[in-house]
Amino acid sequence: MSSAAHMVVRALRNPLSAERLSEEQWTALLTAARAESLLGSLADRLRDLNLPAKVSQILADARADAERARVQALWEAEMARRALAPLDVPVVLLKGTAYAAAGLAAGVGRSIGDLDILVPRDRLAVVQQALLSAGWEWVKEDAYDDLYYRRWMHELPPLIHKDRDRMIDVHHTILPLTARPTPDAAAMIVDSVALGDGLRGGGPLDKGLRILAPADMVIHAAAHLFADGDLAGGLRNLWDIDRLLREYGDRRHFWRDLAWRARRHQLRAPVARALRLAASLYATPVDEVCAGRRRWNDALFERRLLARSGWGSETNLALRLGFYIRSHTLRMPLPMLARHLWIKARQS
Amino acid sequence: MRHQVQLQIGPVALRVGSQWAGPIKALTRLYEGYPEPEAPCDFTVRLEPDKPWRRWIRPSVAVGGDYRLPGSVPLALRHGLLAAELGMNLQMALGHKRHLLLHASSVERDGRALLMTGESGAGKSTLAALLGERGWRLMGDEFALLDLDDGTLHPFPRAISLKNGSIAMLETEVEGRRLGPRLDGTPKGVIRHLRPNAGAIAAMAERAAPALILFPRFGADLAPAVRKVGAAEVFVRLTQASTNYVTLGERGFDALTRLVVSTPARAIDYHDTANALALVEGLWADLAR
Repeated sequence: MSSAAHMVVRALRNPLSAERLSEEQWTALLTAARAESLLGSLADRLRDLNLPAKVSQILADARADAERARVQALWEAEMARRALAPLDVPVVLLKGTAYAAAGLAAGVGRSIGDLDILVPRDRLAVVQQALLSAGWEWVKEDAYDDLYYRRWMHELPPLIHKDRDRMIDVHHTILPLTARPTPDAAAMIVDSVALGDGLRGGGPLDKGLRILAPADMVIHAAAHLFADGDLAGGLRNLWDIDRLLREYGDRRHFWRDLAWRARRHQLRAPVARALRLAASLYATPVDEVCAGRRRWNDALFERRLLARSGWGSETNLALRLGFYIRSHTLRMPLPMLARHLWIKARQS
Repeated sequence: MRHQVQLQIGPVALRVGSQWAGPIKALTRLYEGYPEPEAPCDFTVRLEPDKPWRRWIRPSVAVGGDYRLPGSVPLALRHGLLAAELGMNLQMALGHKRHLLLHASSVERDGRALLMTGESGAGKSTLAALLGERGWRLMGDEFALLDLDDGTLHPFPRAISLKNGSIAMLETEVEGRRLGPRLDGTPKGVIRHLRPNAGAIAAMAERAAPALILFPRFGADLAPAVRKVGAAEVFVRLTQASTNYVTLGERGFDALTRLVVSTPARAIDYHDTANALALVEGLWADLAR
């Protein structure tokens, strides 16, 4: 229970606990938070505390980093908006850029990497063409990689902009096509919300871009964390979920919406798991019916999320390997996985 | 990490951890006399085997830490000291944004700083090391940290990385105990590290206002020459020498503009160090302000 990652969780949950840390613990806490991409969020949570001067300086640097990341991410979204505006296609921002553009608490201090957008699957071809004409280029030139993305994945192969060196992931749904649950991406787009409609923020991003409806935003975050991937860096994604639930949890019908939409997208179990783990690690207030009863393996997920040392390296190799293998079996049925790994091995 | 050391270098505190004792011992010896850092450290460097068995079998050191370069080649354990130095460089280049970071050497006299930058092999390290033994204070041979608010330079006096030909030159100039082990056959040739002198270490918190920018160029067949460099060229060359100019956005632009507008700059060609040092002293006397 006293891993450095656990210190990060405790400090995020209860900032006052940080005032009692020793010098050594501070180094471990800041290093682990940075490795989990949570240093900016932590810096915001600890903003008004009375901390050692050197700590305050490092946290101020982290806040400045996060602010630059926010501005850059919004600019990148604006670039995509300009490229896609003539098409009359709904463009839904996802993940970090969406949180920042909507001025949500989940976006405060958050590091933001690639730009993720969701567009209707039947408009992928025109979107791709418009982006290529506006200066984005394919990252992977290999024919098999291309086929892999187009036939089985939930997004186009990654594109990178030739001048700005920033990646865009164009999604047409939120999970690989080969995964067992089949979310209703078309419904997510129909239910999405235009930026500027009753949202905070304002500015250039108010026109023409959209974000997911509150419940769908939580469902996407949960699907990304528990129905796809190996949970590396998952503490940050779970923190997103905590912030979203605290922001939206008091809205009328939010939990009812969350329950029925999760069922509609076939993601009830990952959503329930996300609620339970957020409650357990971040003390997030959640609806008990949505969260369901604690499962025997919730503890394994927690240990996986907390596998980070005060030197910033990952610990618990066996457990990580287990989740890595799980991530592949979630993505595709075993024979298909075997074929994919065989081709990738021959490629390299 | 089994072994570790913490180093205060100018305004930055670095922590280096290693699975092997060797690199930490070498680092501790090289940085003897440096002050204890104020905790917590700004950056962490990790020296680890790139595969678990590489700790014992043909041990090789992968450079990791808060920031890492994907796909970088691990080094042999006997080059562990170089791995630690590369790791510290990497954290600064990718992580440090408190100052505008220039890939440049700097030395100080009378509270004013001389900044030297150029491509690898131009001699900025060698010239700074020599000037540091001849009446100037060495501020740093690798990175110069430009203050974003007041435009002064912060020292970053890491051990100087001497390469190939410059090693023999400094070996005759300084006491042997200030030199690290000779590292043969590294990816950059022969390397030997030199600890800055006690004066440079004692003054590592003292900033200096930039007074002259030089772009040295070394070539065995180059005739000694001095060339004026226009402000636009100085600006562009310094953006290329900066690791975080783009990231810092408007603040980086403002700091760099102030530096270029207020500081005279020259390019110098030289074929031996005696003649380079004479050129530097002459230009300093004429131009430094």
